[in-house]
Amino acid sequence: MEKIVLQLQRCKGCYNCIRACPKGAISKSGTSNKKGYEVIQVDQEKCIACATCYTVCPDYVFEVCKPEKGA
Amino acid sequence: MEKGLMKGNEALAEAMVRAGCRFFSGYPITPQNEILEYLSWRMKEAGGAFVQSESELAAINMVLGAASAGARAMTSSSGPGFSLLQEGISYLIAGDIPAVIVDVARFGSGIGEISQGQCDYKLVTRGNGHGDSHLLVLAPASVQESVDLMMEAFPLAEKYRHPVIILSDAAIGQMVEPVSFPPMEEVDIDRDDWTVKGCKGDDESKKITNVFYYMDDYNSFLRDKYQRMTENEQRYEAIHVEDAQLVLVAYGISARVCKEAVRKARSQGVPLGLIRPISIYPYPKKAFAELSGECKALMTVEMSITGQMAEDVKLAVDCRYPVYTYGTGIKVPKSADVVKYAVEILEGKMDKEVF
Amino acid sequence: MVIKAPERITYTDGHSFCPGCGHGIAIRLIGEALQELALEEQVIISLDVACGGMPIDVWRYDTIEAAHGRPVATAVGVKMARPSQPVIAYLGDGAAYSIGIAETLHSARRNDNITVIVLNNCVFGMTGGQMSPTSLQGQVTSSSIHGKSMKEGGATMDVVRMLKDMDISYLARAALCDAGNIKKARKYISKALEKQMNGEGYSFIELLSPCPTNWNMDPGVAAAYIKETILPVFPTGEFIG
Repeated sequence: MEKIVLQLQRCKGCYNCIRACPKGAISKSGTSNKKGYEVIQVDQEKCIACATCYTVCPDYVFEVCKPEKGA
Repeated sequence: MEKGLMKGNEALAEAMVRAGCRFFSGYPITPQNEILEYLSWRMKEAGGAFVQSESELAAINMVLGAASAGARAMTSSSGPGFSLLQEGISYLIAGDIPAVIVDVARFGSGIGEISQGQCDYKLVTRGNGHGDSHLLVLAPASVQESVDLMMEAFPLAEKYRHPVIILSDAAIGQMVEPVSFPPMEEVDIDRDDWTVKGCKGDDESKKITNVFYYMDDYNSFLRDKYQRMTENEQRYEAIHVEDAQLVLVAYGISARVCKEAVRKARSQGVPLGLIRPISIYPYPKKAFAELSGECKALMTVEMSITGQMAEDVKLAVDCRYPVYTYGTGIKVPKSADVVKYAVEILEGKMDKEVF
Repeated sequence: MVIKAPERITYTDGHSFCPGCGHGIAIRLIGEALQELALEEQVIISLDVACGGMPIDVWRYDTIEAAHGRPVATAVGVKMARPSQPVIAYLGDGAAYSIGIAETLHSARRNDNITVIVLNNCVFGMTGGQMSPTSLQGQVTSSSIHGKSMKEGGATMDVVRMLKDMDISYLARAALCDAGNIKKARKYISKALEKQMNGEGYSFIELLSPCPTNWNMDPGVAAAYIKETILPVFPTGEFIG
């Protein structure tokens, strides 16, 4: 299962997530959504599912799947 | 107390409680203070909420909140304070929210004077607040009628989902008269589906805002609402209009004087009549269909200087008759003076109408 | 475990606030707190107009869009009609501190049992970024083009400081500028609502928020501006409760 599910149709390209990600796992994707904003992409390998992106995102783009403890 | 002697303002306040009002917020201003004072203890006794607000602005916006939550909610004020209610009244109209507001009118303009006057006629009938609007306005002429109209006010407000104004005045608010009360009404705060009460399960949330935002044809909606009011809610009393050569037109305290004036005049052989608008918006045009072929003129009697109601009378008769005003400003008119003025009109001594 | 914004917040699939605007975060934090405390079905929210009124079309809570500056008064009316239900007033600094300062302070004086959340971005947003009572000294706005000064615009108003002396149940300020501060804001909102549900009275939270559009800043620069320039003027933390 991927750690991050993106609702990119909501993204407005503020890039709070890129600045906040402690692992540098988020970058601009080079593609635009319907609203015309250049949206972001996530490197699932680098992602540690810390949900910092979720916290700083004003547009509810991120759904973070945290592995269950002890699993 | 079911029957007894009571001051107009206090009777009105008791009637609010009897009418199922369970929220009141208000700010002190003479001559309506007895309403606020009475409800400060009575509302709690009836299981309702009372708050003396920091301003009229706060009061009316609290009313908006309580009414949106389903409570029968009210505030009251007078002249200068009533001006400050305009903001919230406009939002009540825009949001289709029923509420009842009392204006115990006094003499104006500006701070005017705390004593009696009927200076708020145009304020309450010409829109109220910004926007394209009217209010339902009822004007009692006695302590008992204050109670009776108060009992009608909430059902009327809820029928049209629209604010209703009770236009009393300092004289009626301060006078003591015999009065009887109907039994207490209670309404279920959850009775309506449009109010905010908490959004359950998968329900759509309730949005209390300008209904215009969610309506395809707001123009027709609003026009239809005011048309229905105009057709269905005209209230008036007509006395000896059928053969009157001159018809007095007066509401509130002035109408009481005019009743006496009609009696006096007729005893002197002067055929006066009286139309007493009880609803001043919608204006009771229907009353003027009963004018006789004998009628030569109409004359408003009001405690304003500029003859605020004369325009409505002129429109009600399609400008077919001259319309005069006996306007006394801060003084309560005297019946003998009303008769004298009317006779001068009939004798052709008045060369100018109010306009 | 999946972390995602509450369905009550995302059911409209987003909102129309500007990129980087703090309102979007504040709305989500309110939603998270209501979900956590199981108050979603009871809450009634009173909003301001303009940007502060836009949540009415974003979230799925029973909501009133009150007159400008009057959400607190309207919330008081709702609360007195339905005293057992949680009631929130959500408004901006222009509403709460300029036109509505009387309502804000007198509700605190009465210790009304409501939660007031003020989004303070130091400008009037929707109308085009005019100076507000909380605009900083020297802040350039569309109505203080040479920078706000004591002579032109007066002092910078700290209402949280004013409220510190009042007998209310809860008082806090947080900043929506980075993950750590946003998490604090989230905690404060839950605490405030808990105070209300315990019947303890007026709870008040100010959220320092970026307005990149009217600050003429990139969202990243706006966040740094909060940390470097605004926080020294408006300290964060819990002050009462």
